[in-house]
Amino acid sequence: MDFSFSTEQTLLKDSVVRFVQDEYDFDARRKLVTSDDGFSRDNWAKFAELGWLSMPLPEDYGGLGGSPVETMILMEAFGAGLVAEPYMPTVILGAGLVEAAGSEAQKQEILPAVAGGEMMLAFGFAEPQSRFNLADITTTAEASNGGYVLNGKKSVVFGAPSADKIIVSARAGGGQRDADGVSLFMLDADAAGLARRDYRTVDGLRAADLTLDGVKAGPEAVLGDLGGALGVIENVTDRAIAALCAEAVGAMQVLHDTTNEYLKTRKQFGVPIGKFQVLQHRMVDMFIELEQSRSMTYMVTLKLDEGEAERKKAASGAKAQIGKAGKFVGAQSVQLHGGMGMTDELKVGHFYKRLMMIDTMFGNTDHHLKRFAALTQ
Amino acid sequence: MDLAFTPEELAFREEVRAFIAANLPSELSEKVRTGHHLEKEDLRSWHQTLAAKGWLAPNWPVEHGGIDWSPTQKYIFDEECAKAGAPPLSPFGLSMVAPVIFTFGSDEQKAYHLPKIYSGEHFWCQGYSEPGSGSDLASLRTKAERDGDDYIVNGHKVWTTHAHFADWIFCLVRTDPDAKQQEGISFLLIDMKSPGITVRPIITIDEGHSINEVFLDNVRVPRSNLIGEENKGWTYAKFLLGHERTGIANVADSKVRIEKLKEIARAELTDGSPLITDSAFSRKIADTEVDLTALEMTNLRTLADESEGRAPGPEASMLKIRGAELTQRIDELLVEAVGYYANPYELPEHGRNEPAVGPDYADGILAHHLYMRATTIYGGSNEIQKNIIAKMVLGL
Ligand SMILES: Cc1cc2nc3c(=O)[nH]c(=O)nc-3n(C[C@H](O)[C@H](O)[C@H](O)COP(=O)(O)OP(=O)(O)OC[C@H]3O[C@@H](n4cnc5c(N)ncnc54)[C@H](O)[C@@H]3O)c2cc1C
Repeated sequence: MDFSFSTEQTLLKDSVVRFVQDEYDFDARRKLVTSDDGFSRDNWAKFAELGWLSMPLPEDYGGLGGSPVETMILMEAFGAGLVAEPYMPTVILGAGLVEAAGSEAQKQEILPAVAGGEMMLAFGFAEPQSRFNLADITTTAEASNGGYVLNGKKSVVFGAPSADKIIVSARAGGGQRDADGVSLFMLDADAAGLARRDYRTVDGLRAADLTLDGVKAGPEAVLGDLGGALGVIENVTDRAIAALCAEAVGAMQVLHDTTNEYLKTRKQFGVPIGKFQVLQHRMVDMFIELEQSRSMTYMVTLKLDEGEAERKKAASGAKAQIGKAGKFVGAQSVQLHGGMGMTDELKVGHFYKRLMMIDTMFGNTDHHLKRFAALTQ
Repeated sequence: MDLAFTPEELAFREEVRAFIAANLPSELSEKVRTGHHLEKEDLRSWHQTLAAKGWLAPNWPVEHGGIDWSPTQKYIFDEECAKAGAPPLSPFGLSMVAPVIFTFGSDEQKAYHLPKIYSGEHFWCQGYSEPGSGSDLASLRTKAERDGDDYIVNGHKVWTTHAHFADWIFCLVRTDPDAKQQEGISFLLIDMKSPGITVRPIITIDEGHSINEVFLDNVRVPRSNLIGEENKGWTYAKFLLGHERTGIANVADSKVRIEKLKEIARAELTDGSPLITDSAFSRKIADTEVDLTALEMTNLRTLADESEGRAPGPEASMLKIRGAELTQRIDELLVEAVGYYANPYELPEHGRNEPAVGPDYADGILAHHLYMRATTIYGGSNEIQKNIIAKMVLGL
């Protein structure tokens, strides 16, 4: 057992922490998220230059072959800065799917371009009726003229407004919630028949709802096995869950530190409010939730490459912990700041909003408790 | 003991229901349902509708336009208003400063202010909190110094709800810097048009605007605007607290929102079945509804005591504590219920002209949830309310 970082990992950590401190302070971030793109393309180019976009990608395709630990280090620091660049949709989800399921030609086309910062991706998996069930798919892919025609809707696709290619799940067979028949298609963002409704989300990110109305896809657009893609989707979303947990830990750490500091400096009744025992205990509960979350994040990060059952259990356990901890730490940080905590000007509320959305992403605490129970009973 | 309504009460309920149905514009109830920050005109129009009907001020003495409703009638009225999505009346004039004025005010103050509050001509805001004085309100520093027939007021109030459109503000100010904290405070009525007052908006985490900072820079206030005696302001402020207690449980509104929650949980699907049939989720709804039912009964017991002349004591803090907790719990479940569609954040209030991205019922859910985080902070935070019960009720 070893929970320490290697020298390279420590260097990576230092560089990304420094980037967030120097170039991603709260005011800079607020400006970014209200810009048209909602993030900075200059930052994206810098991410490419620093090797962050290529970090988890395989070496044969312009990547650095980093392990989930490197991803965890990056994501935790991104969480501490509420980094808005679409790293998760492009690198973790999009490139992750291509790496896991793509053909040689697809990998050659996509992965180096992602690594170099020239291509952004998004992954549409949810639908209006699907809630958190990845197999609940009504979008259809019908064979036609040697290719496919896609019809359906995809909900709240993060990163879609800036994506060059959008991967969607669609059903090439089987019943609405069957594992069998689930397929992946990689579409050009400007494909005919693909309509996007772009919007801002509460945490300042960008997403879109997609309508697919007779979108034509050639055979080269199919990612992985036609009808057999559910396993890949689950694998990649579990990896995304690990990354998201790390992001949440970074965000919670900021809330923890900021609130703890406030308890020492804010005075009421002639003393720092941190002297009131009820607030001390609340702060201790926040501290415990943060540490438990960090532990679960390590656990899932280190188990991603174990067998499928172990991986799923780890991902669901971690996500359940992160969801409840994030909401608790977020809400209590607002509460302990009193009126200040309610203001848009203070960063606390922004971290709270991100943590609330993290709970929903890839299934909330209830969903993952259920999945965990099913795997462990 | 009897829980059933009498035939007269049932008839009253029908009358209230019919009146609201005929007089509440649907655009207004829609704004209320989707959790908008209401504008002055929204508040005023409903205020004036009720004033015209004579149903505005059940807490006022009849000679000033009040109505002699029983606690049950008040309860029925509140319940029907909430169900129909009527806007909450702005409390600062009607239920906060007015009782102080008709109890402690001078004849001139009564004659001038009460009719204007009643008619909706004047809206009020509450200038208590300051940057350094929130929970510890008695430490407030805004000072009022005598200058002939006037006070000169200097200070900084914060979190002041509706200050951006209020006509008047009632302030706690320090008039004796040498006295013990609570004994040097006075209760002053100030015209918001007075030179020297600046209002700066505060945008809250839901991106809405209801609260403000108010800067008072050499504001000249006639001494005739002092309530009661100088340096007795704390007593009046405490009286006011006692007066605004029964609505604080927010039961009527929470009942409406729990129905909305069930409606959404029936429409949302999980694995092909309505979310409401999911055992984990339905259990959370039931758990919350049981707590709400208990709170409703506790609230009714308080109302009944009040009608027998026993003013609610410090134990009424529990209404505020549990009421705020339930408001927040229901809102959290609403956010959970709509799943991914809690994310999109472009509201009609922010100028969106298109239909909602997700289902209509998801619109505004998250914004409401975010603003309601304040219910455990304002009007005495939950921590402070618990301190009150521990000390005043339990003797700890
Ligand atoms: C949306 C909103 C609307 C408001 N409207 C108005 C208004 O119209 N007029 C007005 O005058 N004010 C208004 N307020 C102000 C409100 O009353 C104060 O925010 C509240 O009194 C808390 O004060 P504070 O913000 O300074 O927090 P603080 O008093 O600094 O409290 C910070 C934290 O410390 C805790 N704490 C403080 N003292 C103790 C203690 N002794 N024991 C345990 N815990 C303690 C608090 O519970 C809180 O969690 C409003 C506030 C909000 C958020």
